[in-house]
Amino acid sequence: MGKINLRGVNKSFGTTTIIPNIDLDIEDGEFVVFVGPSGCGKSTLLRLIAGLEDVTAGKIAIDGRDVTQEAPAKRKLAMVFQSYALYPHMTVAKNIAFPLKMAGETPDAIDKKVKDAARVLNLTNYLERRPGQLSGGQRQRVAIGRAIVRQPSAFLFDEPLSNLDAALRGTMRLEISELHHQLKTTMIYVTHDQVEAMTMADKIVVLNAGNIEQVGSPMDLYRNPRNLFVAGFIGSPKMNFVEGDAAAAHGAKTIGIRPEHVKISAKEGDWSGTVGVAEHLGSDTFLHVHTDKYGTINVRADGEVDVHHGDKVFLTPTPSKLHKFDANGLAIK
Amino acid sequence: MARAVSTRTKAIWTVAAWIVALIIFFPILYTIITSLKSEQEAIAGFNLIPSFTLESYGEVQSQQNYFKFFMNSVIIAVGSTAIGVLIAVPAAWSMAFAPTKKTKDILMWMLSTKMMPAAAVLVPFYLLFRDFGLLDSRAGLTIMLMMINLPIVVWMLYTYFREIPGEILEAARMDGASLWGEIWHVLMPMAVPGIASTMLLNIILAWNEAFWTIRLTTTEAAPLTAFIASFSSPQGLFWAKLSAASTLAIAPILIMGWFSQKQLVRGLTFGAVK
Repeated sequence: MGKINLRGVNKSFGTTTIIPNIDLDIEDGEFVVFVGPSGCGKSTLLRLIAGLEDVTAGKIAIDGRDVTQEAPAKRKLAMVFQSYALYPHMTVAKNIAFPLKMAGETPDAIDKKVKDAARVLNLTNYLERRPGQLSGGQRQRVAIGRAIVRQPSAFLFDEPLSNLDAALRGTMRLEISELHHQLKTTMIYVTHDQVEAMTMADKIVVLNAGNIEQVGSPMDLYRNPRNLFVAGFIGSPKMNFVEGDAAAAHGAKTIGIRPEHVKISAKEGDWSGTVGVAEHLGSDTFLHVHTDKYGTINVRADGEVDVHHGDKVFLTPTPSKLHKFDANGLAIK
Repeated sequence: MARAVSTRTKAIWTVAAWIVALIIFFPILYTIITSLKSEQEAIAGFNLIPSFTLESYGEVQSQQNYFKFFMNSVIIAVGSTAIGVLIAVPAAWSMAFAPTKKTKDILMWMLSTKMMPAAAVLVPFYLLFRDFGLLDSRAGLTIMLMMINLPIVVWMLYTYFREIPGEILEAARMDGASLWGEIWHVLMPMAVPGIASTMLLNIILAWNEAFWTIRLTTTEAAPLTAFIASFSSPQGLFWAKLSAASTLAIAPILIMGWFSQKQLVRGLTFGAVK
């Protein structure tokens, strides 16, 4: 079980409020991602759930039990840190065994569980090594191993992949997703990388300045962002925003159109412009088009497109994919 | 940018370093030389070549029981260090990992007590020791030396602990470790070099402490500092015997310092360069 409920959770340091007032429900077995820019309070929120920080006000319940005042160890949660936080003076086996030892399990049971975890995480050959002798990916696996042996009611991940290189990040992303499917345990994952959020989450919580901007499934947030912040944050490359007469024509203060929803043509279209940087990736082509009236518009075209720097082009947003926002930045339904 | 140092500059600096080291070491060397002279040679004036006689050592041992003083020094230095570290580890933990607004002030205050002249509090401490029956007792001296060195021990441990990432301790907390488990299983093993050099330095400081050890003891608990002082008697100064006593008193700590110098230097410069 791993149902987590936050009610009126507030965190302040002196007069500075980090988390103003948050209500959030996380269902058992869900993969929830907290995403937002640096300093938005996502890590603080995770630490509040972990018990590493005390809440200023509000309640946190795990499986219906009020844990607000409980010590981290009593909450039956496991955490994987950004820096891995392995014990440098212990071998891999001892690192993984540490939570079991603290729980007072017998040496035989510990040995079995450590070996099982090592097999799942491909660490069997490294059990006698120290963390300093491992690569970044292996260290992260040890940290995950240390978390899974406890069979916690939920896993907390605090930006676990940000210290890895891009290729390894992709692999580890898949491994963590696979692990979630195997274990079916609640996972809360903090990241500033919206690609991680989109690819891994069942449910994304978008945070900004301590406030929850929107909660929903990845595709829900992609299709129906509640406001300009979410619209701009979710999706890569970022959504284009246009104000002025083009927006007014749709009865909005601002209209948003994703790069993949803009058609490009050499002959005709709504907005004329000149191609700036063209990024040819083979599978996609990213174009930065300097329009005559609406600034730079990013366009994503499928496959290889024969357009280059300095070419005159016309852009047409797909009307059904337009997002409209009012003067307060809220989406117009 | 790297700057090449010429061989000549290096040679000049090496010679200068040797000269400075010799000047610093000279008093100790001269004490050892004097201890190997006869009393007549010792008062005769400056002379670097002794007659290599061990008669002063023999006389020193026949007048006073060196090993009794030595054992007192060991018990007081090691005891005060052990108790000091036991108190300082939780204090330094709290300052390094759970600091409050006043932590810096407390650290400064602790250091400021070391700036106070000891003579200023001699009378109250003497009276307290008398009233509690701690005069001339190993327990009393152990407590005294533990207290006067505690600020340094806390400061040093605090500095080492701050080098240890807080996330590792948080990981231990998440893994179910109690506060004590977190300190015992994770913090202390990681801080072993720091704790070891703190203990070494504290033993040296306690071993060499003379102001309180001479004033609060007479016979039973007197350590080696009192052993030396006992040879500057009203019957007159006997330089060779005094030197022999001094050499015997500093020898153990000198030998310990020599063998642990690597650890000591590593500990004292810990965290200075990342």
